[in-house]
Amino acid sequence: MSDKDNKNKEINEFLNKSYEYGFTTEIESETIPPGLDEEVVILISKMKNEPEFLLKWRLKAFSQWKKMPQPDWAKLSIDPIEYQAISYFSKPKQDDGPKSLDEVDPKLLETYEKLGIPLHERAKLAGVAVDAVFDSVSVVTTFKDKLAEAGVIFCSFSEAAIDYPELIEKYLGTVVPIKDNYFAALNSAVFSDGTFVYIPKDVRCPMELSTYFRINEAKTGQFERTLIVAEEGSYVSYLEGCTAPMRDENQLHAAVVELVAHKDAEIKYSTVQNWYPGDENGKGGIYNFVTKRGDCKGENSKISWTQIETGSAITWKYPSCILRGDHSSGEFHSIALTNNLQQADTGTKMIHLGKGTKSKIISKGISAKSSQNTYRGQVTMSKGAKNSRNFTQCDSLLIGSNAGAHTFPSIDVMNSSSILEHEATTSKIADEQLFYCMQRGISEEDAIGLIVSGFCKEVLNELPMEFAVEARALLQVNLEGAIG
Amino acid sequence: MSNILSIKDLYVDVGDTSIVNGLNLKISSGETHAIMGPNGSGKSTLAKAIAGHPDYKIQSGKITYMGNDLSALSIEERSNLGVFLGFQYPIEIPGLSNTAFLKAAINAKRKYHGMDELSASEFLVDLKEKSKMMDIEQSFLSRGVNEGFSGGEKKRNEILQMLMLEPTLSILDETDSGLDIDSMKVVASGVNAFRSKKTASLIITHYERLLNYITPDYVHVFHDGAIIKTGDIQLAKDLEERGYEWLTNP
Repeated sequence: MSDKDNKNKEINEFLNKSYEYGFTTEIESETIPPGLDEEVVILISKMKNEPEFLLKWRLKAFSQWKKMPQPDWAKLSIDPIEYQAISYFSKPKQDDGPKSLDEVDPKLLETYEKLGIPLHERAKLAGVAVDAVFDSVSVVTTFKDKLAEAGVIFCSFSEAAIDYPELIEKYLGTVVPIKDNYFAALNSAVFSDGTFVYIPKDVRCPMELSTYFRINEAKTGQFERTLIVAEEGSYVSYLEGCTAPMRDENQLHAAVVELVAHKDAEIKYSTVQNWYPGDENGKGGIYNFVTKRGDCKGENSKISWTQIETGSAITWKYPSCILRGDHSSGEFHSIALTNNLQQADTGTKMIHLGKGTKSKIISKGISAKSSQNTYRGQVTMSKGAKNSRNFTQCDSLLIGSNAGAHTFPSIDVMNSSSILEHEATTSKIADEQLFYCMQRGISEEDAIGLIVSGFCKEVLNELPMEFAVEARALLQVNLEGAIG
Repeated sequence: MSNILSIKDLYVDVGDTSIVNGLNLKISSGETHAIMGPNGSGKSTLAKAIAGHPDYKIQSGKITYMGNDLSALSIEERSNLGVFLGFQYPIEIPGLSNTAFLKAAINAKRKYHGMDELSASEFLVDLKEKSKMMDIEQSFLSRGVNEGFSGGEKKRNEILQMLMLEPTLSILDETDSGLDIDSMKVVASGVNAFRSKKTASLIITHYERLLNYITPDYVHVFHDGAIIKTGDIQLAKDLEERGYEWLTNP
């Protein structure tokens, strides 16, 4: 074997490092039988004691979904999804919902420990309030009282539907309508749980809010729904993290996130997505088909999306901003890392409607081994979006010679006073860069991690401090075995 | 004086071409050796082969470093055991700050030797002092590794890395090329600061210019991948005056 082959072998071993969160938790759960029809939609709503309007809304979504075909325009190859083979609701078995941490099944808490989320400790030390969603159900929300003092509502979506129906009815589906797309329609019909956040006027949310999603049961889908409303002059920073056990079959995760920012409000939304990506032969893994959109409704409002996408067999998502209010601004900072046979088709849409609106897009795609990584973006300057600006920077880093990086930017300008800039680069981790690092005593695996973290610097800097370190570590782990 | 590097009858190929042909060289602690020679004589190949670059293949012969057969050691092991290579063309790593890079390198070495990581304050004090010596502004340290650096800045940065990593054997591959006289003096002062009874240097250069500031103990003339003549600083001066012709084509 030549030195080069040896080196490739080493790199491959590094890339093949296994998924750390692939354990399952033995816990009794109530899972409804696979299949989807109107009865199932009604059953889900009933199990959650939902108000009437929500059931009606679900049923409307379901009839809409039945009429829609699964889209196929993305640069993805997707095995047919058997929608009737999925179970649409699963929850850890417990007689009544937990009233406090002490009542939560210790096995569940153990799972979260393993994931690095000691609910008590972490929340207290970091001042982060955590909501944890296990399969379909929100398990516990920490720090509720402290937040309530500030008037902030941070609870599971199910609770919100019962406790704050007027807010849900007012905002649900206003940013991502039922008919928006196939997966949004499906989610609207069967969504299981998720998070609701409400920040009252002029309140700066006193802590980072955070939700962890975990799929545990086999053959279940996870369809969570997140709604964040920031009233005039308020501010909130929210982070979500996701993991799942290793399973041979593909599991569907079709979430919808809606953000509403009123006048002078700011929402910062960060995602660290590390769903199980499948094995090195592409077996198993999560299908992560998500619709995320923010409405900058009021003047001077601001929404920024930051995403670190390292997991999932297929990622298909475009966190977007509708810049409706004059002088509102939207940002999208993304790191999408694909390895082995992972596929990602991700990017953003910035729809400029108001005057003097601004948007910034920084996308960093890293593809290793035989993975495919696509940036797809749309920037629209409508007629009324006078004097608006967009800056787009789109960089791809290739590791090895079998990976693919693709960029599909689309720009529509309907006025003459707006300014758009687009920069794009594609580079490859060079053998000489690795040699340089290794000559300085750094192992190949650490060298790849350092080079990638340098490549992603602008985006990592956007993450809340305590998560930036985690994100770096996550990139490193997911890159193991990245050169082939 | 102990033996640091010993090269015996070394043949090195790059691709299908034999570049180093039967080289012998011994370097002991406390010594500074200069290798001079025309372009393409195999000087840089020797440097890369010692550092373990995968494209430079040892066909026969042996390189022994501090008692270790180098061919049995990985690139990073060689580094962690004290072999430093100052690059002729230092590599850029965009976005990775010089500070983060240096810290990773130092801690990799400490880990290899079973030591704890260097504390942030110790590291910064050391870095501040040494970067001052190399005339490198603090603002450079937060910039990407060699990113947008001028030729002189890159070379001074190489010497800074050498000083921070405290190697035993420093191989400087044409560190003087592309340097103005001020940068050359700074580089030379760094190399002189590194010289000690315990360390050794191998300086590869085209010109004797640098050797006016760093006086070597031995000067070797390289031709067709082997040493054809060895002398002291006077040999470098003769070469400057007469060129290589009288040696390579007598």
